[in-house]
Amino acid sequence: MIYSIIQIAYILSTALFIFSLHWMKDPKTARQGVFAGIAAMAVAIISTALEPGIVNWEWISVAIVLGFIVGVPLSKVPLTAVPQRTALSHAFGGLAAGLVGTAKYYLWLETPQELTIFRMVAIIAEIILGFLTFTGSLMAAGKLQEIKWIPQRPVTYRGQNIINLGLLGIAVIGGIAVIVNPVQYAFIFPVIIALALLFGVLLVIPIGGADMPTVISLLNSYAGLSAVAMGFVLDNKLLVTAGALDGSSGLILSIIMCKAMNRSFTNVLFGAFGQVQAAKAGAETRTAKQETSEGAAQILEQASKVVIVPGYGMAVAQAQYRIRELYDLLTKQGVDVKFAIHPVAGRMPGHMNVLLAEAKIPYEQLVEMDDINSDMPQVDVVIVVGANDVVNPAARSDKTSPIYGMPIIDADKAKMCFAIKRSMNPGFAGIENELYFAERTFMLFGDAKAVIGELVKELSASQAA
Amino acid sequence: MNVLKSFFLRQNKILIITLGYLFFISDFAFAESEGAHSEPDYIALLFVFMLATFIGLGVVTRVSRLLHTPLMSLTNAISAIAVVGSLILTGKEHPDYITILGAIALFASMTNIVSGFLITDRMLKMFKSKESKKS
Repeated sequence: MIYSIIQIAYILSTALFIFSLHWMKDPKTARQGVFAGIAAMAVAIISTALEPGIVNWEWISVAIVLGFIVGVPLSKVPLTAVPQRTALSHAFGGLAAGLVGTAKYYLWLETPQELTIFRMVAIIAEIILGFLTFTGSLMAAGKLQEIKWIPQRPVTYRGQNIINLGLLGIAVIGGIAVIVNPVQYAFIFPVIIALALLFGVLLVIPIGGADMPTVISLLNSYAGLSAVAMGFVLDNKLLVTAGALDGSSGLILSIIMCKAMNRSFTNVLFGAFGQVQAAKAGAETRTAKQETSEGAAQILEQASKVVIVPGYGMAVAQAQYRIRELYDLLTKQGVDVKFAIHPVAGRMPGHMNVLLAEAKIPYEQLVEMDDINSDMPQVDVVIVVGANDVVNPAARSDKTSPIYGMPIIDADKAKMCFAIKRSMNPGFAGIENELYFAERTFMLFGDAKAVIGELVKELSASQAA
Repeated sequence: MNVLKSFFLRQNKILIITLGYLFFISDFAFAESEGAHSEPDYIALLFVFMLATFIGLGVVTRVSRLLHTPLMSLTNAISAIAVVGSLILTGKEHPDYITILGAIALFASMTNIVSGFLITDRMLKMFKSKESKKS
């Protein structure tokens, strides 16, 4: 009887989870989605707690209280740190799955007839996915947080892919051995865990910042799949459904990210970025034209259509509030200001949207790349703030460029372009940006926050006059 | 993958409703066999996995691109459904080391639930349209 009640509660919980994602289709209904998710989770936890035979309440309450103590501060991080938090939370998800799989295996080892082939396959999948997500996500979080002893730049060495795939291969072969004979080969089990942990680290080491959105999405998918595997191990449909929802969400985001960079999964995971171009030295030194903030402000005053292209540099310089002031000033003058968001701008999917929303820019003004490109020739001024590769016209024209074929925001097609940049150093990927040398491009050198601050000052001074 | 995606975009409503319906039917139809704990119905589990993946793909393709960061923290919280497994593992009478492993897993999942839902809501509150700003 109680078992049926739990199952029905699980069905209700699944339905609520689906609605939760469904309501994310529109910012207007999105908060409803969060409440549906919380309700679903509450139903799931309460009905599970009803299961007969649960006795260790002290352990449960300690773990839950600790979860709140750590979880609440983690939800208060500044929004620029959201990618790190997300990666960290993938790590927690992977850890939970890996630990439950391990515990179940050793528990069933005492009654080996329980270790059926199906269960063993599920357990091996769960621990490999879980533990590689754990260390992989920790590495990603460390890179994003710029922890000192974790290299930011992609680390590559000869035979890297062979070593990585070899390690995974050994883990899988070991897994098959344990699946075939779970009791006799029990000693291999910890080895598989160790290999999965190591593989997670090695998988993320060659990944650089620009690829982070894809990798985070991929790890998101893995965390979901490890929950699915846990569902198979524990014969629990709710784990399977909720895990599958997460897994498919991660998959779709990864596909969107890969497409936005015109790269394949294998290329992101196994081809470290930015190595190709290093040798392309000795190109003729070209000079970019420079503009002062006074001059730029005067041009902005004459404009009627302005597009701002934000990138990760905006997040680093914390320039979003100044951009908001600029937006207000220009809007007051009747200028139409839009923001062109490239899918891979920032360090995780949708990163720029959240930062601009935090600065209280209405979301109608945030426009996707595909929707803004056709309007570009009519745009009077494009301001590039901390974006680089996503506006590089080489992606359209230069076949030798590593980013060739990547869809970009056509900033060079606007009537005029201002690029705010600290210096002429090439960006993350080490690729020279053709845009900076274009005829209609003018550079505004300096820290993004300071430069936009000056623009705001100039504009408001002339407005007051 | 392109073909799949455009198919979902065109057919999404009917598809989601049908799949959802099938999904519930299958869940009820196979619920019987779960009564006996000894032999789980693997086919039913695989069925549920397949259908849930399709529903997930259908629902997530329609999520607003503006909201991809909140989407990821929301699905983070949702995948912390591992809390269910950790809760059972921690709660039941087991050797101590199993309970400890379970408790760590429970702690990790709880952290994800709490921080995931809170930060998603915090971010979504910031997404304001022009009209709502004036009021």
